[in-house]
Amino acid sequence: MRITSRGACAFAIVALGLAAPIAASAQQDYKARSWAASCAACHGTNGHSTNEIKPLAGKDKIALVKILKEFRAGERKVATVMHQHAKGYSDDQIERIAAYFAAQKK
Amino acid sequence: MSMNRRQFVRALGAGAALGAAGTLAGCATTGGGGKRVVVIGGGFGGATAAKYIRMWAPDIAVTLVERGQKFVSCPFSNRVLAGSMTIDQLTTPYDGLARNHGVKVVHDEVVAIDPVKHEVRLAGGSTLGYDRLIVAPGMDFMYETIPGLTSASAREQIPHAWKAGPQTVALRRQIESMRDGGVVAVHIPKAPYRCPPGPYERACQIATYLKKAKPRSKILLLDANPDITSKKGLFMAAWKDLYPGMIEYRPNSELHDVDASTRTAKLVFGDVKADVLNVIPPQRAGNIARQAGLITANNRWCGVDYLTWESVAHKDVHVIGDATLSAPGMPKSGHMANQHGKIVADAVVALLTGRPVNDEPMIANTCYSWVSDREVVHVASVHAYDKAKKTMVTVKGAGGLSAKRNMKEAGFASAWAENIWADMLK
Ligand code: HEC
Repeated sequence: MRITSRGACAFAIVALGLAAPIAASAQQDYKARSWAASCAACHGTNGHSTNEIKPLAGKDKIALVKILKEFRAGERKVATVMHQHAKGYSDDQIERIAAYFAAQKK
Repeated sequence: MSMNRRQFVRALGAGAALGAAGTLAGCATTGGGGKRVVVIGGGFGGATAAKYIRMWAPDIAVTLVERGQKFVSCPFSNRVLAGSMTIDQLTTPYDGLARNHGVKVVHDEVVAIDPVKHEVRLAGGSTLGYDRLIVAPGMDFMYETIPGLTSASAREQIPHAWKAGPQTVALRRQIESMRDGGVVAVHIPKAPYRCPPGPYERACQIATYLKKAKPRSKILLLDANPDITSKKGLFMAAWKDLYPGMIEYRPNSELHDVDASTRTAKLVFGDVKADVLNVIPPQRAGNIARQAGLITANNRWCGVDYLTWESVAHKDVHVIGDATLSAPGMPKSGHMANQHGKIVADAVVALLTGRPVNDEPMIANTCYSWVSDREVVHVASVHAYDKAKKTMVTVKGAGGLSAKRNMKEAGFASAWAENIWADMLK
């Protein structure tokens, strides 16, 4: 039997033990994906910017959370606009957005 | 034997596998197989929606209908007036959507929407069926409010230059061929209109050129509004510091007609004759939205449910971008339309694959304006859905303006343009 590349994904899930119950937290966080998509207007689709606005894809989650909270608190020196955006998000949202970008391939 | 992922999952009889698929990097959560989405309009909203639906649900077939062969950005088009950018630099082809995301791009024009049969009819004669339709037609001008602009020749003589392309070039040519000491008059319609800071940025960009090439000339800003509608302090400072004596601002200058042959703006309080007259007419949702009965507010804009951007008039038809009735504090901007595109993409995928719609959408806006050929100012805002009010509201304490005009943000503005164009088209 041959499976196509997308089939291979499903196959991998099975191989990793599909029989185990799937915890809700392990599922795709669609809300975080939607919130993070908002950032993509400046930081590139899924955070893949290649220019002066830095990429976010594959960055360490803890570092992202720290930076975003510093922006929000007005504690970062270089902030033309991010302090104003960061103030729009709760702790929970920052954590989940950071997790989303951290999980993207660089 | 060869099987695709869906068949494979089905073969396992494992509905749970679908739910788990998203947990592995690189395994897109799909579903929605056989479902069809049609998007009308390939601007900031429509192109983004088309791309993101395919990215998030590769099993959904997406057709984008767009009459232009290439996308031309309105943001930054005022820089063409200064001679700092060319139309080519604002232009991106549509082929990335097909190549990278499998969006079917059809260069045609929708002439009718049948919300009962779930079909759109194209000028070319064919018909496209849909499960969900996304209407992103931008705005069209209310020419009936300016009788003197009825003919095509009058619209050449008095360009709007508010949709980027030939009109932008026409206005640039007129300013280039004007005598030194001439008057360029720009008329601004009552809000809401596309791109609130745009007309004031335009004054800066025309002034950038005139200061160099025709320093005795004047710019007259005839604003139908009682005051500058966006970034007031920042624009006034730029006018005063960078172009002293060149820009005259006249509030409450409502236009009731023009005389194209003499380039005269007929205002409620008298006539103004100019060497170059740029009239930005009042606007409403794009013509196809009007024709399809999607306009529900003030005879101008399309009312939507802000969770799904589904029309309040027709089921399974969503409207996004400038055409929609803006929630309080939400400007009609390309950045905003990009954000609508993603919310509608997520909602449409949710609805077609049977998962709940996000009940806490967030969107943000940033408008960068060039006040010279090297300095930029911005206004930003963040908006969250309010469950009680059932609308988007601005998040208090977030957003704001540039402290002052600066060169650093010229770099960020250019980076923004590159990234948002890629975010919608590549
Ligand atoms: C309007 C464009 C814009 C939007 C929208 C935006 N950013 Fe930024 N971001 C910037 C700019 C510009 C900087 C550089 C700092 C500054 O000048 O404010 C930056 C910096 C950052 C940094 C620091 C990067 C580093 O390594 O120093 C992070 C992290 C970040 N942004 C995350 C986000 C997240 C998360 C979002 C969405 C919630 C977001 N940004 C939305 C423009 C944007």
